[in-house]
Amino acid sequence: MLELQHLSYSVSSPEGTNEIVNDVSLTVPDGTLLVLTGPNGGGKTTLAKLIMGLAEPTEGTVVWNGEDITHLSITERAKRGISYGFQQPPRFKGIKVKDLLSIASGKRLLRRSEACEYLTRVGLCAADYIDREVDTSLSGGEVKRIEIATVLARESGLLILDEPEAGIDLWSFSRLTETFRQLHEKRERSMIIISHQERIISLADEIAVVDHGRIAKKGSAAEVFPSIMAGTGSECLKEGTVCPN
Amino acid sequence: MSELNSVDTALLETIADMPGGKAAGAYNIRKDSGCASRMTTENIDIRTKEDKPGIDILIRAGTKNETCHIPVIITKSGLTETVYNDFYVGEDSDVTIIAGCGIHNCGEDVSQHDGVHTFHIGKRARVAYVEKHYGEGDGSGRNVMNPQTVVYLEEGAFFKMDTAQIRGIDSTRRDTKIVCGPGAETVVTERLQTHGEQQAESNMEIVLDGPDSRGRVISRSVAQEHSRQIFYPRMTGNAKCFGHVQCDSIIMDSAKITSIPSLTANNTDAELIHEAAIGKIAGDQLLKLQTLGLTAEEAEDRILKGFLA
Repeated sequence: MLELQHLSYSVSSPEGTNEIVNDVSLTVPDGTLLVLTGPNGGGKTTLAKLIMGLAEPTEGTVVWNGEDITHLSITERAKRGISYGFQQPPRFKGIKVKDLLSIASGKRLLRRSEACEYLTRVGLCAADYIDREVDTSLSGGEVKRIEIATVLARESGLLILDEPEAGIDLWSFSRLTETFRQLHEKRERSMIIISHQERIISLADEIAVVDHGRIAKKGSAAEVFPSIMAGTGSECLKEGTVCPN
Repeated sequence: MSELNSVDTALLETIADMPGGKAAGAYNIRKDSGCASRMTTENIDIRTKEDKPGIDILIRAGTKNETCHIPVIITKSGLTETVYNDFYVGEDSDVTIIAGCGIHNCGEDVSQHDGVHTFHIGKRARVAYVEKHYGEGDGSGRNVMNPQTVVYLEEGAFFKMDTAQIRGIDSTRRDTKIVCGPGAETVVTERLQTHGEQQAESNMEIVLDGPDSRGRVISRSVAQEHSRQIFYPRMTGNAKCFGHVQCDSIIMDSAKITSIPSLTANNTDAELIHEAAIGKIAGDQLLKLQTLGLTAEEAEDRILKGFLA
């Protein structure tokens, strides 16, 4: 189980302190899927990074399976079963898809058939990609799906995915949502997915709307989704709001 | 002929993939300015030069799928030599030539090998040429290598060159010149890693002389600690041709890298492209590999290993 207790992250500048994440407390029970959604710049990605250790909170604690991991490194969190799919994954000159999947699996040499399975699950034809370098010859959507395949290969207890739908075509997206659905159905892993897509949101056990660094609303898909569709997520977007000078 | 010891065989395995100092096909092992071992075949003859240090390698026309190893090892501190090796590759051949130089310097003096390799490649012949340069030893003596490679490709010939400086070479100046005749093609892959106070300079000139000739240079380098690297890749198109130069360098610590590319087109149908990039390891690459369970140090090693592979 993942527990976030009064988690905050702020940055200081000459103009003052900017609270990116502000006193967030959340619990993700084992085997559940939490979708984080909300307006751009609301703090979703930063919140996810705080869980993975990619950013260090200014206040609060992160507890994973009963252990306080707030001050553990990224590597130590990865070894404890937390994995993370970046919104904009990096590319690597000279590292092949099969190499990256082997590193992800923690095996010295991942069997070709296993590597192929992970690629198939993200809608990539394995034979076309397994020996290719993860470099600029791949499109944004291809790199994104390889990124998700590396997260699947981790076989970890908690998967964090930052906008897995970004840059992915409609056909591949269908395959991807099916993979998430199957994973979720087994209830063997917890998942946190940052998404704005209705099809992913509909899979969630719980949805949290993150806005201005806080949890603006939280509940089941049935409770929260109608209000998102009504565009009530941000006060600024309400009709009649006057733009400040 | 002299006996090979364990230091020699380890060097030979590192630089020329010759476990136990043995290889299939023709070979010539040069050790401390002498010939340690030689094997010729029906199609590949190796002769000692009479006018200067070095050998002539004669490959009969039509020779297919044969290899020739010509490694050089230096284990005496303070030994300095210039060696001339000339290759004559017959028409329609298809061969692999594995060179390479390893220095084991446990003394205080400079050990230096300057190898001048000249290739004359006949019509339609295909040559894969592999060379690795490596230095080791716990002495204070510097290891210096200045390889010079000159290649003349006749009509329709193909020359693929893989050259790598692995570690331990304190100073190097690499001069490479490849001239492509009509329809000839060359692909050069250069990998260079420097560390400590090492200095490396690479001058590469590809001349696309004949119609429909093609040239491609892929240079990847890593400069660590206080080392310095300078690259002068030059591509000249004298006819309808296609040339592509791609130079990528990773800079680390207090290292310095200079890349000065040059393209010259002497014909309106010459199509020449150059790409060059110097940068440190991207932070998001390190973070990504850490999320896969590697430590920061392991992540850095893996990125460099892949980059130079």
